[in-house]
Amino acid sequence: MKDEVIGARYITRETSHMEYQTGMDDIGSEVQDEVISRMNAEEFDRYTAADVRRALGRDVLSPEDFAALLSQAAFPFLEQMASRAQAETRKHFGNSVQMFTPLYIANYCENYCIYCGFNCHNKIRRAKLDMDEIERELKAIAASGLQELLLLTGESRSMSPVSYIGEAVRLARKYFRVIGVEIYPLNVDEYAYLHECGVDYVTVFQETYDSDKYETLHLGGHKRIFPYRLNAQERALQGGIRGVGFAALLGLSDFRRDAFATGLHAYLLQRKYPHAEIAFSCPRLRPIINNDKINPKDVHEPQLLQVICAYRIFMPFASITISTRERAGFRDNVIGIAATKISAGVSTGIGEHSEDNADKGDAQFEISDGRTVDEVYQAIEQQGLQPVMADYLYV
Amino acid sequence: MQDKLILGGHEFSSRFILGSGKYSLDLINAAVQHADAQIITLALRRANEGGTANILDYIPEGVTLLPNTSGARNAEEAVRIARLSRECGCGDFVKIEIMRDSKYLLPDNQETIHATEILADEGFVVMPYMYPDLNVARDLVNAGAACVMPLGAPIGTNKGLATREFIQILINEIDLPIIVDAGIGRPSQACEAMEMGAAAVMANTAIATAGDIPAMAEAFKKAIEAGRAAYLSGLGRVRETASASSPLTGFLQD
Repeated sequence: MKDEVIGARYITRETSHMEYQTGMDDIGSEVQDEVISRMNAEEFDRYTAADVRRALGRDVLSPEDFAALLSQAAFPFLEQMASRAQAETRKHFGNSVQMFTPLYIANYCENYCIYCGFNCHNKIRRAKLDMDEIERELKAIAASGLQELLLLTGESRSMSPVSYIGEAVRLARKYFRVIGVEIYPLNVDEYAYLHECGVDYVTVFQETYDSDKYETLHLGGHKRIFPYRLNAQERALQGGIRGVGFAALLGLSDFRRDAFATGLHAYLLQRKYPHAEIAFSCPRLRPIINNDKINPKDVHEPQLLQVICAYRIFMPFASITISTRERAGFRDNVIGIAATKISAGVSTGIGEHSEDNADKGDAQFEISDGRTVDEVYQAIEQQGLQPVMADYLYV
Repeated sequence: MQDKLILGGHEFSSRFILGSGKYSLDLINAAVQHADAQIITLALRRANEGGTANILDYIPEGVTLLPNTSGARNAEEAVRIARLSRECGCGDFVKIEIMRDSKYLLPDNQETIHATEILADEGFVVMPYMYPDLNVARDLVNAGAACVMPLGAPIGTNKGLATREFIQILINEIDLPIIVDAGIGRPSQACEAMEMGAAAVMANTAIATAGDIPAMAEAFKKAIEAGRAAYLSGLGRVRETASASSPLTGFLQD
């Protein structure tokens, strides 16, 4: 393991954010260049209502059609987009809506990302659960009936090394059928190790694909290195991981551009690795501890729905997760249209699931939907949809 | 004589195989009843040993389970899933689904042949989902398949018999039952497949996403019965040339 080598402390705002650092795998992929150059070339203003109608009329959409659906010109077509998105979702997923919950096992972080509550300069209570504490959390979550778990850490290789995460995954496999991780980006061999431990899904939020903006938001730590993060999904696939998740944190930069790049990134990787299962998350910026002024700028609910529908129509087979950052009413409606995965019983703090674990560490962001697993289950059923606890077999 | 569908030595009077993957669980029973289905597929990746929302709790008694290997990307994974399914008490039937493409979910014929060989050897009743190719179908017969399940169109698309001509070739040339799987979006398409001589039809999305699920299940059932009756009655042959009213051979004597 290269925990020492990729130690983050020496990466500061003086470090070039576009250069791989010692110990980071450079897989030499062409995908990043294509995503960035096509994103930069895209002019959303040039699309007209006719382009949007043409895109909606197609059976299989091109990246250009996708851009049309993300443009301002598509905004008046939101109802038609929702209707097409709904038809695609039902075709590919039937009535199924997958349920899961995130489990934060540590919130130490070496990165200085100015919009994030976990950032290393934010004075919050830091904590890391040991294996006994993790097992208590796992038991408490499993008792709710959930069978899919998303394991998360803050991004600290020194405090939460890969071996620690692997051990937690092996433990989680005793209680859950499906394990995903949302952790700092790894090298190919490390992804292979985690797959061996039982991980099948890897999600990495690129936050923004606008590298200039990225540089100004990520002032220190390994996360500052833009290409190492952008190519994480491809390294995960090369390491044998089955499914990869993509997301831009909408509101950090131009959200149309970021949503376009996110979709294109997934599209290109699926073409290169046809077996890859693709997932999108659709987070907007939220206020964080010690900074309640952060807000998702111009990404209001209608814009967010436009992005979600565009993802669905462009990649009808992709899983789409709807975040607890959104209010219950929005989430419930979106699973009726385009989202296929929803979290429940969420806590973004450390050690909050089990009564025996004292609440040890602060949360990453405020959630807007605090409903329990049962409540979300019932809300799904009330819409005539089917909550699904596990839809995967680890083989 | 009764018209039976025979799969691996088991007899069925219904020729409608119901998929289960896209339903609200409490509607599965109604769909089975109205479809009069005797076989229902089940993605093993959905089946839990107990727990909340376990699909196995919703499948009515007396229906033959047809576990599928969806999620498998190669023969080896399909074989492992099939063995797990047998261990879970899901019986000896297995529908092989091997996909290396997450976009169209098209089956990998080569890996499917390989998995069929292994599982037929182990005594499974193997029902392989495949892209309709005559050579592959012959290989599946030799590998010990109990039937051949060509796709009509990509899964979930409701596009009907996009591969019609090739399915007809399989029906003409292969002695095993040909069961049309995937893409059937309307009862009329199911009826057409049966008129062509398909032994059975499988459908999932078309029914699961209908406005009135029991009514649609029943519509499919009737369409399949009508198509089968038409096939048995000898309909369905379209002559390539007209038959002359004064036959060319009319002069023959002796």
